[in-house]
Amino acid sequence: MDFLLGITPSPVISALLWIILVVAALYLIRRTAHQTIEAAAEGLHRAFRISSKAVARSEKMLAARNREVLLAHGREAKERIIEREFDRINETVRKDLANYSSLHRSLSESISRIEKDHQEAVDVPPDPPGWVKAVEAVAEMDEKAGRAHIGNILSDIHKSLVKAHKEAMAAYHEASAKRHKLLRHMRPEWRHIQQKLAAVGKSVDSLLGRSVTIDRHMQDYEDIVRSHDRAGATLSSSSLVNFFVSAFVLLIAIGGATINFSLIARPMAEMVGGTSLIGGFRTADIAALVIIMVEISMGLFLMESLRITRLFPVIGALPDKTRVRMIWITFSILFLLASVEAGLAYMREVLLHDELATSALLRGDTGTTATGQYLWITTAAQMGMGFILPFALVFVAIPLETFVNSLRTVVGLAAIWLMRVLSVLLRVLGNVFLYLGVLLKHVYDLPLFVPLWFEERMSQHADDNGESLLGRAGQ
Amino acid sequence: MRNAIITTLCILLVSCSSENVPQNTGVYMLLDTSGTYAEELQKAEQIIRYTLSRLGETDSFAVARIDTGSFSEKDIVAKASFDDRPSAVNRQKRVFAQQVADFVDNADPAPYTDITGGLLQAVEFLNEKGTGRKTIFLFTDLKEDLQEGYIRDIDVPLEGFEVIALNVTKLRTDNIDPREYLGRLEQWQGRVEKTGGAWRVINDLDGLEGLL
Repeated sequence: MDFLLGITPSPVISALLWIILVVAALYLIRRTAHQTIEAAAEGLHRAFRISSKAVARSEKMLAARNREVLLAHGREAKERIIEREFDRINETVRKDLANYSSLHRSLSESISRIEKDHQEAVDVPPDPPGWVKAVEAVAEMDEKAGRAHIGNILSDIHKSLVKAHKEAMAAYHEASAKRHKLLRHMRPEWRHIQQKLAAVGKSVDSLLGRSVTIDRHMQDYEDIVRSHDRAGATLSSSSLVNFFVSAFVLLIAIGGATINFSLIARPMAEMVGGTSLIGGFRTADIAALVIIMVEISMGLFLMESLRITRLFPVIGALPDKTRVRMIWITFSILFLLASVEAGLAYMREVLLHDELATSALLRGDTGTTATGQYLWITTAAQMGMGFILPFALVFVAIPLETFVNSLRTVVGLAAIWLMRVLSVLLRVLGNVFLYLGVLLKHVYDLPLFVPLWFEERMSQHADDNGESLLGRAGQ
Repeated sequence: MRNAIITTLCILLVSCSSENVPQNTGVYMLLDTSGTYAEELQKAEQIIRYTLSRLGETDSFAVARIDTGSFSEKDIVAKASFDDRPSAVNRQKRVFAQQVADFVDNADPAPYTDITGGLLQAVEFLNEKGTGRKTIFLFTDLKEDLQEGYIRDIDVPLEGFEVIALNVTKLRTDNIDPREYLGRLEQWQGRVEKTGGAWRVINDLDGLEGLL
């Protein structure tokens, strides 16, 4: 600094001299400096713009890919739903309508029986024959003209009438009883027909309901196949919902697995030792964790074999016989592991009591070592939990499948969102560098205000001279 | 996939290469049974029970009496190296506690107090067990009283050991001249720290939380 200010006897003059020199130098290289700043700013602007465009393009490609995956998953899910609906229809038709011929025959027979009974019920009993004798007696009365026999005739008529009435009443009662009997026979037939028709009606209603559902699913399926925006938006939204719901259920399952772990980790120390370590972790803990993992794996295989989930296509594609065998094998292993867990849970309780008794003895407290009469409840509860939790963990496969399927979409959506933000950010940065270049040029010109002012004045003067010359030339 | 395999192998190698340092604890307790101090054995039993409750799988514990010549296995009242199965540990603890209780009930006062010999025996026992942490409890008034002919003017190698003096009672003469008591404490602290050991005194037996 002293050297710089020592080029003349007066430091002020030296400083002024330096300023003039620097300003002059800056003024001389002004154009080049401006071009450099401009080039650098433009270069950075372009680089960021290109990066932004590249990111935007990648985002679009990712969005398209994501959409494809989403639609493919949606299509697969819809196919599965429609397939199941058809399976149900098939089952209904097979179960209820397959024996339609026998049902028809049964109904026809019932109707024939009713018709026959009805026919028999409407038959009128024959007229009572008692009037013939009375009519004949009255007819003979004019021929003989004997009025003495009138009393006898009337008496005969009366007798005949009474007899005929009795016979008619008896016949009538008999016919009524027969009709009632026939009608009584018809009642179960009517009920039978009514029940059969109700069952058929129910099946038909069910089929109609299913057909409406299938129509709706088919409409959705067609939308997906045609890649409609509505289908994409619906699938995306449902994928997000599925993701969060399945994540929540998985968290619950993790809680269950943790409880399960704490149930068996302690007694595991009895089997593998309480102090041995593998990779810094207690062997007993690792063993307990392995048991739980094996249970979850068995649960996954069981669900796959039952075709409830489709995480492993190989299992789903197995022949039915092998699949059923696999169901039994996985279930048996699960049952065995659940039994082992129940045993370990019991062992845990025993160990706990033993430890409590020892602690009490060491404290000199003999009163609390006695076991309570209700302790069997906690033991039973622990054993029950140890047995049930492995089976409960089987159902983890369902949310896990949903989680895995929706994770791809959610990660894709998050990546798209990030890339969109990055693209905007790069674009903004590009513009910032462009305007920064302009700003730098102005900042560069700031110390050069004196020569620039002169330059401006001179150019203005030159312009004025030029104009006056042109004016004179014009005149 | 390849990267995952390499990472897993690296983790396994690192975990295998880490030094296998034992994490267990070894405790050796010396009980002074000489003169009036024998009356303090009930307190010692409490400390032993507390120590038992704090020790776990693969830990080692021994209780020995200080008598005329304490550098001997015969003076060990009870000892146990705990199993690594919790149920076995509980069983061992109960047996240990019973042995100590029997000793406390039937202990005879010793005519002399050979603390140095007991310390040597403790060091030998704990080194043999090879525990990660080695602690020696001195349940005594720290007044060494050797029988004629016994040579104990030797340095006890206590590198890596923690020596805790418990219930260091004041003798009648200490009340007359407290410098004797303070001198005893200072002397033992000097002896322990000279050979690399750590020294601590706990006289308040209600606050045993920091004992182990």
